[in-house]
Amino acid sequence: MSAVEVAGVTKVFETRTDTVRALDEVSLTVADGEFVALIGPSGCGKSTLMRLIADLDEPSEGEVRVFGMPARTARLERAYGIAFQQAGLLPWRTVRANVELPLELHGASAAARRARADELVELVGLGDFADHHPDQLSGGMQQRVAIARSLAEHPRLLLMDEPFGALDEMTRERLQGELLRIRTETGAAVVFVTHSIPEAVFLADRVVVMSPRPGRITEIVDIDRPDATADAESMRESDAFFRSVTAVREALHGGGAAAESAATHGASTRGVETR
Amino acid sequence: MTDTATRQLALGQAGGRKAARRHWSEHGWVRFTAPAVLGAAALGLWEAAVHLLDIQPYLLPAPSAILDQLVTAIGGIAQATLATGTNALIGLLLGAVVAVVTAALASRLRWIDQLVAPLVAAIAVVPIVALAPVLQTMYGATSEMPRILVVAIASFVPVFITTLRGLRQVRPVHLDLMRAYGASGWQATRIVTLPGAVPYVFGGLTIASSIAVISAVVAEYFGGLQNGLGSRIASAAAQSGYPRAWAYVVASIVLGLVFYGVTLLAERLASRWAHIPIT
Repeated sequence: MSAVEVAGVTKVFETRTDTVRALDEVSLTVADGEFVALIGPSGCGKSTLMRLIADLDEPSEGEVRVFGMPARTARLERAYGIAFQQAGLLPWRTVRANVELPLELHGASAAARRARADELVELVGLGDFADHHPDQLSGGMQQRVAIARSLAEHPRLLLMDEPFGALDEMTRERLQGELLRIRTETGAAVVFVTHSIPEAVFLADRVVVMSPRPGRITEIVDIDRPDATADAESMRESDAFFRSVTAVREALHGGGAAAESAATHGASTRGVETR
Repeated sequence: MTDTATRQLALGQAGGRKAARRHWSEHGWVRFTAPAVLGAAALGLWEAAVHLLDIQPYLLPAPSAILDQLVTAIGGIAQATLATGTNALIGLLLGAVVAVVTAALASRLRWIDQLVAPLVAAIAVVPIVALAPVLQTMYGATSEMPRILVVAIASFVPVFITTLRGLRQVRPVHLDLMRAYGASGWQATRIVTLPGAVPYVFGGLTIASSIAVISAVVAEYFGGLQNGLGSRIASAAAQSGYPRAWAYVVASIVLGLVFYGVTLLAERLASRWAHIPIT
């Protein structure tokens, strides 16, 4: 069974003066255990698409199914874990209590919560900081806590909206490596929104390239992944990695008439980092 | 990041906080000495003016005469301060609890918000103390209730307004998280919204603490039990005991400062304990 099925989804945002087609007839399937990155310039609807999968917004047309369930049912069944660009930790709770939050909301016992939280805090390398508060942590450490929290209920699907977007490049690369390790350990499918090409290529099995006005999928690039045992450094420096980066970049800049016309308006690559 | 590196990072930040506190305490003596010197100078000038210009006590008694009364009547002053302070405290807590609960309901249920908003506006503009004689008649002259109710109603308004504002300042990412977890509205209120509003509640309490003492003292001018500061000020003045009246005024100033100071201290403690920034 596929983790996510998006079929002919359109999302229109209506403001008082304007209607914006954030997504136009988008279809996408994410297999169980697959890592899919959504990339595109600002306004291409990549975050909107993730929010529809999470049932944080509802599609205007079309259907979203998660593990065969309607998105709303999947949300209420806690089928996914989620992380955003802002860690969104509760400042008055310790690291451990933040990680426990989803379990607490769903009525897990105090002992079970604590055991799971300790395990996760260890998994993201913050074992010494379980009793610290978020204001005592760096941005990267806060984001690790958010990732630990998203894993609390053993989700088979992780939804991540630019979780490393606000971090410096070194912290970002380190957390990317950790995310891959965690994902290998949990075997969860991941939908990962980003505007960084190297990040998408490093992490994903498939990179979904999107274009704005209206938001569409222009191309899907399969990433030639080296075997899972290769270390991050050699992976980032491999020829295959650079070939994939080039492929995604060309898809972003050249792909499709929609992107072409947007480019003439001088806006096609705004918000996309090619470094 | 290695464990030692992350630990150093966290320690570095904690060290920064400690340094900030040291910096504060180095200048602490200026912060406390300067106002004390100014106050002493003002009192000295006052004392000199009363004697040199021969100002009559009914106009302005000398600080030494007021101090004299404070010392001789300290037992009665303490009793009156305790009576008024107890009323102010009970009224403040009652008003604050009702305000926070009402604000929580109003932020969750639109119809309650619409129901309460005009009522609060009305309470805010009516001079609450003017209700004292009415309540005095309702409850009889031997009840503490009228004064407590006046204080509660007066304290309610600032706490309600600031708390409601705080409850509406929820970060979108927290709302998204609560929805993603399928949290009920009341779970979201309890876990995210109410704790986030705590600094605002304290902001309202700081204002309400002074109002509580003022309204407790002033409510006593309108009859009822004669055991508090307000009635003692009135009766001392009526008997031409001006320095004594002033001694009771000093006591009510001290009471007001204690209320204000304790609220500020509670805010500091809450923010340090709960890691909520003071707004």
